[in-house]
Amino acid sequence: MNAFWIILTGSLVATCCSLLGCYLILRRMAMVGDAISHAVLPGIVIAFLFTGSRDSLPMIIGAGLLGVITTFLIEFFHRYARVQADASIGITFTWLFAIGIILISVFAGQVDLDQDCVLYGEIAYVPLDLWITDNNLSYGPRTIWTLGFVTLLIIAVIVLGYKELFLTAFDPAYAAAIGISTSVWYYLLMTAVSLTTVASFESVGAILVVAFLVGPPATAYLLTDNFKKMLVLSVLIGIVTSIVGYYLAFWLDGSIAGAMATITGLAFLLAFLFSPTHGQFFKRRKVIPA
Amino acid sequence: MNDFVEFFSFVDANIRYVTLGSVLLAASSAVVGCFTLLRKRALVGDAVAHSVLPGVCLAFILSGTKNPLILLVGAFVTGWLSLVSIDYITARSRIKEDTAIGLVLSVFFGIGILLLTSIQHSGDAAQSGLDKFLFGKAASLVGEDLIVFSAVAIVLLITTILFYKELKLLCFDEVYAKSIGFPVRSLELLLTTLTVFAVVVGIQAVGVVLMAAMLITPAAAARFWTERLGVMLVLAALIGAFSGIAGAFVSYTAPAMPTGPWIVLIVSMIAIISFALAPKRGWVARLLRQRKNKTQILEENLLKLLYQLGEAHEDYFSNRNLESILERRNFPKRQALAGLAKLKRQGYIQRHPDGWSLTIEGEARGKRVVRLHRLWELYLTQYLQLASDHVHEDAETIEHIITPELEKRLMEELNYPALDPHQTRIP
Repeated sequence: MNAFWIILTGSLVATCCSLLGCYLILRRMAMVGDAISHAVLPGIVIAFLFTGSRDSLPMIIGAGLLGVITTFLIEFFHRYARVQADASIGITFTWLFAIGIILISVFAGQVDLDQDCVLYGEIAYVPLDLWITDNNLSYGPRTIWTLGFVTLLIIAVIVLGYKELFLTAFDPAYAAAIGISTSVWYYLLMTAVSLTTVASFESVGAILVVAFLVGPPATAYLLTDNFKKMLVLSVLIGIVTSIVGYYLAFWLDGSIAGAMATITGLAFLLAFLFSPTHGQFFKRRKVIPA
Repeated sequence: MNDFVEFFSFVDANIRYVTLGSVLLAASSAVVGCFTLLRKRALVGDAVAHSVLPGVCLAFILSGTKNPLILLVGAFVTGWLSLVSIDYITARSRIKEDTAIGLVLSVFFGIGILLLTSIQHSGDAAQSGLDKFLFGKAASLVGEDLIVFSAVAIVLLITTILFYKELKLLCFDEVYAKSIGFPVRSLELLLTTLTVFAVVVGIQAVGVVLMAAMLITPAAAARFWTERLGVMLVLAALIGAFSGIAGAFVSYTAPAMPTGPWIVLIVSMIAIISFALAPKRGWVARLLRQRKNKTQILEENLLKLLYQLGEAHEDYFSNRNLESILERRNFPKRQALAGLAKLKRQGYIQRHPDGWSLTIEGEARGKRVVRLHRLWELYLTQYLQLASDHVHEDAETIEHIITPELEKRLMEELNYPALDPHQTRIP
C-alpha cells in the first residue's frame, strides 16, 4: 500500500509539472520555472511561522504569492533596471532562496523544516501523514488530497483556458490583437507553477519539480509536433517515470525523488537518440543545419 | 562592537584562514562569472554547480576517501560533462538552451542525490560530511581543504590575467577573433574549464544551489558601474571578496547562522542597490534622465508656441493669455501652468495680470526651436524626398535634440535657406 501512495504522489506531481512544463519550454522559460521552484522557500517559511502548522492552505497562499513576486522581480530587473534576462533570473532566485535558508536557521526552533528536505523532500514519509477525521475515518495521506486538488485545478485551467494559453504562448501579438490579455495569462501560468511547487515541495522537493517541469515536456517535444499530443504524452511519460523511479530507488536504497529525476533524464536520452522524427539515430544522414 | 574589533584584528589564526578562504573563493568565482555573464551564459554556471554532485559522490564511491583532490577531480569531470551535454543537446536537436540547462541541471543533480542518499544509507562511516557540498562550509574551511581550494582559486585568477586579452575578444567579438586567427574553440574550452573550476571551488563557500549567485551577482552588479571590462573584473572581485568577509563575520558573531546564504544575501543587496542607484545605467538615474527630457521638451514647446503667437501678431513681446496658448496647442492645463511657472523662474517669460510675455532670452530660445523645426522639415523634403505634409511629426521630436554643431551643418547643407517647405519664413 505504501508503494501505491508514493507512486501516486509522484504521478500527481508529474502530471501537474508536465502540463505546465509544456508551456514553459515552448515559451523558453524553463529556467523561470526553476527559479520559482527555489524562490518559494521564504514564502513557505513565513507561512509556517504565522500559522505554526503544516496545514496546507496558508502555505499554498504564502508561497503562491512568493512565486508571483519572483516572476514580477525577474521582469522588473530585466525591464526597468535593464539587467540581462538570464542574470536577472539567477540573481532573483538565489537571493530569495538565501533568505529562505536564513529564515529557517533563525527560527530553527519554531520551524520544522530543514535544508535538505527543501531540495529533495522525503516522499517516503507521504504515507505516514494520514488525514484522519474526528470519528477515526482515514482518508489516506494528506499530501494526496492537496496534490489531487492542485492537479484538478491545473487541468481545469488548461481545459477552460486552452485557447488563451495556447495563443499567448505561440503568437502573443495575435492574442493581443483579438483581445486576450497576455500578461494576465502569463501571471496565471506562473501562479500555477508556484502552486504546484508548493504543493509538491514537502514531499518531493524543488529538484524533482524542476526535473518534471522540464524533462517529460522536452521528451514529448522530441516525439511529436502536435501540441495537444505533446501535453498528453508528457503526462504519460511523467507517470511512467515515477513508477520506474520508485523501483530504482528501492533497488539502490536511495532518495526516491533523486531516482525519479534520474529516470526523467534517461527517458529524455532515449527520445533524444531514438525518436522516429527527431532522434539522433534516425536523422544522422539528414543534413543538419548549422 | 567587541566582536567587530576582535574579528578584524585577525588575531585568531582560525579567523585569518576562514576570511582568506572566503575572499579567495568568492573573488575567483566573481572574476570568471564576469566572462560567462558577458557571453550571456550566466545560468550555465547554475547547471554546472548542480552537476558537480554526482561527480563528488562517484569519486567517493570509487576511491573510498574524502581527499579533496580526488573529490575535486570527480566534480570536475561531471561538471564538465554537463556543459558538454548542454551544448550537444542544443546543437543537435530542437531543444532550446534554457530547456537543456534545466534538464541537465535537474537530472545530474537527481543522480547526485540518489548516489548521496545511497551512500548515506549504506552506513559507511567515512561518508559523513559529503553533504557539505550541498550547502557549503565556508566557516569551517581548514587545513588541507583550505590549501587545495585556495591554490585553485589563485591559479584561476592568474590564468584569467594571462589570457585577459583573448577572453575579452571572445566575449565581445567572437567573429572578429575567429577571422584574425584566434583559436576560438580552444579559448571556449579554456573558459569552460575556468567556469567548472570556479564552480567547484565556489561551492565550498556557498553550496550547490547558491553557487549561481557567486558567479552571476557580483558580475551583474559590477556591470552597472562601468563600461570597461578591466574595471568590471576588479569591481566584481572586490564585491565578491567583501561579501565573503561579511559572511565570515556574520557566522563568527552568530555561529548558528549559515555562512553561504549570508554571503549570497549580502552580495544580492549590493547588486540590487547597484541596479537602482548606479550613475548612468541605474534605474533611478534613468528615470531622472527621462524626467529631465520631458520637462525640457515641455518648456521648449511652450517657448516655441509663444514665439509662433508672436509671429502671427508680428509682435513678440506682448501678453498672451492662457486661452490663446491652449487654443493653439492642446497641452493639459496643469502641465502648461507648471511649465510656464518654471520658465518664469528661469527668466524666459514674464508674468502679467492677464497672461505671460516673452523676455529677450525667451524670444531667442523660442526662435531657435522654431528655426530647428523648419530647418529639419526642409532637410527632410529636400534630401529624403518626403512630401511636405509628412515631415511635421519628425521635426517635432528632432527639434529638441539637434546640437548647435548640427544646426550649423544643416544651415550649410541647405545653403542658408529663407523659407521652409510650407513657405513660412525660417527665423
